[in-house]
Amino acid sequence: MFLNDTCAVEVTDLTKAFGSFTAVDHVSFVVEPGEIFGFLGPNGAGKTTTIRMLTGLLLPTSGDGCVAGLDILEDTEELKQRIGYMSQLFSLYGDLTVEENIAFFAGLYGVTGERLERRRAWVRAMTGIDEKSGGQLTSELPLGWKQRLALGCAVLHEPRILFLDEPTSGVDPVARRNFWELIYTLADGGTTVLVSTHYMEEAEYCHRLALMNRGKLIALDTPKAIKALMTEPLLEIRTAHGPAVAQALQGQPGVTEAAMFGRAVHVAVENAQAAAVALPAFLAARGLDVQAVTPVRPSLEDVFVALVRREGGAVAG
Amino acid sequence: MKGAAISIRALTRKFRELTAVDALTLEVKPGALFGLVGPDGAGKTTTLRMLAGVLPPTSGDALVAGVSVAEDPEGVKQHIAYMSQRFGLYHDLTVRENIEFYADLYAVPKAERPARLERLYHFSSLGPFEHRLAGQLSGGMKQKLSLCCALVHHPEILLLDEPTFGVDPISRRDLWLILHEMVAEGTTVFVTTAYMDEAERCDQVALLHHGRIVALDAPEALQRGYPGEVLAVRVSDRRAAAKVLATAPGVRRAAVFGDTIHVTLGARSADWPAAERALTQAGIEVLETSEAQPSMEDVFIEAVGR
Repeated sequence: MFLNDTCAVEVTDLTKAFGSFTAVDHVSFVVEPGEIFGFLGPNGAGKTTTIRMLTGLLLPTSGDGCVAGLDILEDTEELKQRIGYMSQLFSLYGDLTVEENIAFFAGLYGVTGERLERRRAWVRAMTGIDEKSGGQLTSELPLGWKQRLALGCAVLHEPRILFLDEPTSGVDPVARRNFWELIYTLADGGTTVLVSTHYMEEAEYCHRLALMNRGKLIALDTPKAIKALMTEPLLEIRTAHGPAVAQALQGQPGVTEAAMFGRAVHVAVENAQAAAVALPAFLAARGLDVQAVTPVRPSLEDVFVALVRREGGAVAG
Repeated sequence: MKGAAISIRALTRKFRELTAVDALTLEVKPGALFGLVGPDGAGKTTTLRMLAGVLPPTSGDALVAGVSVAEDPEGVKQHIAYMSQRFGLYHDLTVRENIEFYADLYAVPKAERPARLERLYHFSSLGPFEHRLAGQLSGGMKQKLSLCCALVHHPEILLLDEPTFGVDPISRRDLWLILHEMVAEGTTVFVTTAYMDEAERCDQVALLHHGRIVALDAPEALQRGYPGEVLAVRVSDRRAAAKVLATAPGVRRAAVFGDTIHVTLGARSADWPAAERALTQAGIEVLETSEAQPSMEDVFIEAVGR
């Protein structure tokens, strides 16, 4: 049991078992204050279970950790108060007005008096929703405003840790960028941001990523460094027959992975030079002509798939 | 209009003062993979619900497999399968029981069921889990099961509402393989998505913004028609670079895209050196510059901006 005032997130051998099933298997990592830290992994990898232990919603089976200076075994109630949480699907009450939502979250987090006035003014400035519009029903707000308001309510109590669950998938590209600019500003101010997402575009915004599979941490580094972990060369095939090409190449000798990527096909191979010659010939023999075969840098999605496959594939079911 | 799988004409839906879908007009050829693309709130789900015959239009109409959704919504249902975003599976029924339930619902002849089940299990990899409760499946598996339930009766037209929302990248690839197979077999697939990269693999896309179509064409055509040149620029500090480029001379737009910045210029040779100077003057290192195709995101932002 250690109380560390500078600790943002620090877990050691974190483990959670449900009966004979080990959902989280001796996971250890440190998140620095002000870091934007992303959790990636296939469904069933143990991401959600890990996060629930970090936010005081679930007790570990073994291991320990501290979050925002609090012990995750002993201080779960206080921990819940010190964290901000924002989810794409569930954050605000649609049938309350803007002001009512702010008041609700203020009550929930115990933000009162002069502090509440200060924070209310901050939320108004950040969202652009002025005092006059405060009486609008939240469900009738444009999506971009709703997003910013949800974020404002999640940090009304100035938490040191903010947890975001898939915050911008489904959001238009411009609003997404503006939203992440807000997150960067919060992080610059010392808020530690934990993000859980399946959306690789979002993962690229994080300072570091933790990739989990089958309960274990299989990679932990910056997005750039994680991409360097994929050792197989990657070829991009431009063709008018994307789906057929991807199907035809799967399971072929020398091919570790073949999948559509936009309209092109990304093929992870054992030997780039050999494949650049062999694959077009193989495909031509099947009546599938290709326009170009070029080596490309792997995207985060390519690396995600490669690393999970290397670690035995995702947990089925 | 003849021969279209789906023919939408001035389809409109209002909710009190809000016009969720505004005079939508488009055609989907039989056997096409059509994407209705746009962010949350654009009107995708509302459009799909009208096409499925579960929500009446306020005005306008759509012919789905030749049947009018305004006049004969029940008649539409025989020709389609509809996979909605968050509702459709019975969590306390097993995988097999869910599929059997939908087979009953769509009146699939009993004699054909064993073969269809086999086929569905094969491409979804759900066979080993046929006796697992649907509520105990992971997100990606649930989506695959929803898709199986939708496909059990071999619909002519498949209507899918954001089938890969919240699904991990591996399951997402699996789901798209299934969709491509359906298209190869001649099913018309109409899918809504907010993921711009998925938009790219459709035969045709309609970009939707606030209930209106802002672009309608094949993705390649939209990318070719994008005004201006696009450079993919790798820098030492993306965030700072985006700020500098936002006001740099000759730069029409600069958007973070993956780990690069997509910079849209008027004419490359004229405009890039000046913008590059602005970056280096701000202390940002330019690591790599290459010509790039505009992404569907670039296309969308441009179409909305117009």
